[in-house]
Amino acid sequence: MTNHWIDIRNSNCILVMGSNAAENHPISFKWVNMAKDNGATLISVDPRYTRTSALADIYAPLRSGTDIPFLGGMIKYILDHNRIQFGYVSEYTNASFLIDERFDFHDGLFSGYNPKTRKYDKSSWKYQLGKNGIAKRDKTLKHPRCVYQLLKKFYARYTPEKVSSITGTPKDKLLKVYEAYSQTYKPDKAGTCMYAMGWTQHTVGTQNIRAMAMIQLLLGNIGVAGGGINALRGESNVQGSTDHCLLWHIIPGYLKTPRASDETLEKYNKHYTPTTKDPLSANWWGNYAKYSVSYLKSIYGKAARPDNEFGYQYMPKVDDGKNYSWLMIFDEMSRGKFKGFLAWGQNPACSGANANMVRESLGKLDWMVTANLWETETAAFWKRPGVDPKGIKTEVFLLPCAASMEKEGSITNSGRWSQWRYKAVDPPGEAKPDSEIIHALYKRLKTMYEKEGGPVKEAFLNMKWDYGARGGSLVDIHKVAKEINGYDLTTGKLLPSFGKCKADGTTSSGNWLYCASYTEKGNMAARRGAIDRSGIGLYSEWSWCWPVNRRIIYNRASVDTMGKPWNPKHPVIQFKGLVKDGKYVTKKWVGDVPDGGWYPMQNPDGSWRKDTKRPFIMKPEGVGRIFGAGRAEGPFPEHYEPLECPTPNLMNSQQFNPVTARLDKNGNPLFKTAKVCDPRFPIVCTTYRVSEHWQTGAMTRNIPWLVELMPQMFVEMSRELAEQKEIKNGEWVSVVSPRGTARAVAIVTERFKPFKVGDATIHEVGIPWCFGFMGLAKGDSANLLTPSIGDANTMIPETKAFLVDVRKGVK
Amino acid sequence: MAIDKAIMYDMSKCTGCRGCQVACMQWNQLPAEKTINHGTYQNPMELDGTTWNLIEFKELNDREGFRWAFFSHRCMHCMDASCLYVCPSGAIKRSPHGFVYIDQTICIGCKNCVMACHYHIPKVNKDTGTAMKCRACLDRVEEGMVPACVKTCGPGALSYGNRAAMLAKAKKRVSELYEKGYNRAQIYGDTQAGGTHVFYVLTEDPKVFGLPRQPRVVSKRPISILTSSLITIIAAAIIGLAGILKFRERGIYRKGGENDGS
Repeated sequence: MTNHWIDIRNSNCILVMGSNAAENHPISFKWVNMAKDNGATLISVDPRYTRTSALADIYAPLRSGTDIPFLGGMIKYILDHNRIQFGYVSEYTNASFLIDERFDFHDGLFSGYNPKTRKYDKSSWKYQLGKNGIAKRDKTLKHPRCVYQLLKKFYARYTPEKVSSITGTPKDKLLKVYEAYSQTYKPDKAGTCMYAMGWTQHTVGTQNIRAMAMIQLLLGNIGVAGGGINALRGESNVQGSTDHCLLWHIIPGYLKTPRASDETLEKYNKHYTPTTKDPLSANWWGNYAKYSVSYLKSIYGKAARPDNEFGYQYMPKVDDGKNYSWLMIFDEMSRGKFKGFLAWGQNPACSGANANMVRESLGKLDWMVTANLWETETAAFWKRPGVDPKGIKTEVFLLPCAASMEKEGSITNSGRWSQWRYKAVDPPGEAKPDSEIIHALYKRLKTMYEKEGGPVKEAFLNMKWDYGARGGSLVDIHKVAKEINGYDLTTGKLLPSFGKCKADGTTSSGNWLYCASYTEKGNMAARRGAIDRSGIGLYSEWSWCWPVNRRIIYNRASVDTMGKPWNPKHPVIQFKGLVKDGKYVTKKWVGDVPDGGWYPMQNPDGSWRKDTKRPFIMKPEGVGRIFGAGRAEGPFPEHYEPLECPTPNLMNSQQFNPVTARLDKNGNPLFKTAKVCDPRFPIVCTTYRVSEHWQTGAMTRNIPWLVELMPQMFVEMSRELAEQKEIKNGEWVSVVSPRGTARAVAIVTERFKPFKVGDATIHEVGIPWCFGFMGLAKGDSANLLTPSIGDANTMIPETKAFLVDVRKGVK
Repeated sequence: MAIDKAIMYDMSKCTGCRGCQVACMQWNQLPAEKTINHGTYQNPMELDGTTWNLIEFKELNDREGFRWAFFSHRCMHCMDASCLYVCPSGAIKRSPHGFVYIDQTICIGCKNCVMACHYHIPKVNKDTGTAMKCRACLDRVEEGMVPACVKTCGPGALSYGNRAAMLAKAKKRVSELYEKGYNRAQIYGDTQAGGTHVFYVLTEDPKVFGLPRQPRVVSKRPISILTSSLITIIAAAIIGLAGILKFRERGIYRKGGENDGS
């Protein structure tokens, strides 16, 4: 989240799209209902009428996989009705920037496409630079090559009629949503979006979110209270684990995993340090080397010296151009390329796309360790129904873990709040906190390395590891938290903030974003100050939030160029410096921690200051990107259909995302997919969660009260489809995809309606992905059906839109 | 004399998450039932001896379009409580806060209350043979805490407080909903059955949830002590004294104070 949970209450219009917050983030509706009490409009856009829709002022259905047309149509509506917040857009975004004359777009493809490599040469996707090396701008937004005009031209195709024919959303509903949401362009109004996996789990997932980010910039909704781009995280600490490098391509603090071609630390730092010639750009990532060196000092301690590149060569490196994400792991595993696998706090046999393939792949291992609270489907894959355990060679170890209430530590919520938790009870039996299991593993490996040697021995033995408490198996979790914050190594004191990080090896920080979380003043995450001094619910003394306790990021965009809040009723920050002769002469911001404490861009007399910076400090140009050249598909999101879909692409002749890796064509026999408009699988299927079960249900399907509420796998479908298939409500049916079959109870409901797409009627069904063959409530996993195809940028699997057939009865 | 308290359920804020349904079972240590999916999210399908608060899911479609309505079906703790009037053993009592509860050590399982309640609330628990229903978390309320369902409600659909204040809040809410275009917005339980201690802010017609517009209370006067004693004796003779003692032993409630949650 750019903002945070409580801030939802400040919103005037809440768009819940790509998520089902009422069901899957129930507590969020405390704040949604508060906003509604204050007059906010709640919009629910979802293929199916959900518990969120039940409370919404406007509900609009859309066919799964068509979010970009829906949002693209909104961009057109905003531009056609001149609903942009002009001052914000012209000053704080790149709408005014002029784009290279060679940049072009034709029939679904941007300039620079190479069909052989399925990649773009992005050299034309750039700004026109002036002689000073700074991008040329036209702040009137009239120049034909400025981003604003290119945007207008690009989305001119996304008419309500066209959009409706693709998404299946009735035109009147579409316009109702556009009208309500675009009203937040007014400076004193804010709109927010609450999204989750309904936007990400598509082959165009990243571009779905980009489209919304562009809308938010056009309406002036980023940085302000009640606005932002708000990802609702699906696990209590998934934000924390992402911050600390859950994903393969980053190391803690969103630093980049070194590639083989980043041969030296110098090359590595240079590669990832953006530069700018614009004196008004803070270009925060210009500090990259300070954070990467502090990280190395934290990991390798005394072994990280200036003469050995601070231990950079100990770091593992990934091959250039190779992807190591989820789908690839199981692709390789299925080909027998791994010996062992640690499935830690995860249940891929249920949660992984194409779960039959995942389960097969696990059988190719020599050994697997699962660390979990329960014997999950992953731990029990070798005795799954229909399989003879004798035929599986994998040796499986189950390490029982402590649950969150059985250990101490921090969790970071969606709003980036790192909140300290205390241990309430001892873990049962032999269960141990994860940190102690890792500590024991480290100690055992260390002894083995010392005695027997082995690959990367030095890298392993040179790691700084002083987390043990009293020499035993216990871990002092406070030492870990302090290491994450980092130290001034010349004084041994904890760093007060990342502003003090240095690239010369005199500071350490395990994660620069968390620098300031545990200082000489104490453990900031453990703070419980319940007073809100802001009036907008920042609660700045409750726990701690990254970065530097800034509760709303990009908050310098919440004020005009003179430092006055766009919305005086909900000021995030405001400038209160002294004025002399029409000029600001002292620096003073009040409210949230500002995104850099520079002077406002303009003096009260209207003169422009030179000792200031633009608000979007993480970008080298200092402004929000409506034209975003960083993504694989192109600077503006364009509609491509899901890999498996029942209709041709009505927007352009590129059926499918032209840059996504075609895993379905990489020769793995387990990657089975349906064809476009495949007559065997005519129905769109999507997956989701329910309030009553959490993730794969490993915890909740073992709790009898929750099992009572949601006992069995189900499939929701429209009355029209049920009639066609002669299926009765409550009857068992089979949902079949090219990859597997899931047996489910039919819930025949008016909450699903057939979609009118082009001239065709398209049916969609939905299934929850919380079931599996273990636990008290057993059922077929939804992921038995889902495809192994991923987003072009992230490779997140497309589990929200694929093709199935529904058949009466079960075998 | 304590002030009358009340629980207010505002269906316009309910997300149907069923946190209250689980919290009720957890606080009261009610066993889970083995259920199947009946083609709806609702489960179990009806209130019973171990489900005292049931969220019902109703799909409605009329001139105003499609709606999915959630409703918390549970004891309303009437001022004119038929169950209390017809209870022969004196097991059904009123707490100082106005809530109606069934004393499990006295209940003989005669089902008079089951039949008398126009809201079809009390049900006989199969294990104990006694009648059971929501007791408004008597043990919590007496300690100054809010009922478990209210405590767990994130969206703010459930609230608890002095009955008069809750009613004022409900009235304000209804007028707000009217302004937003909810033409059916109304309070249910302000006057019905003499006024209730669990009352509703509804945005649908009460009959959708099986609520009679004005329920008929069976008798305004409790059965006389003499009659009630007589019935008790006869009933005891039939069921057997040993049986009654066994009910006591089997009682699933512990004395309050062990669970110190709030």
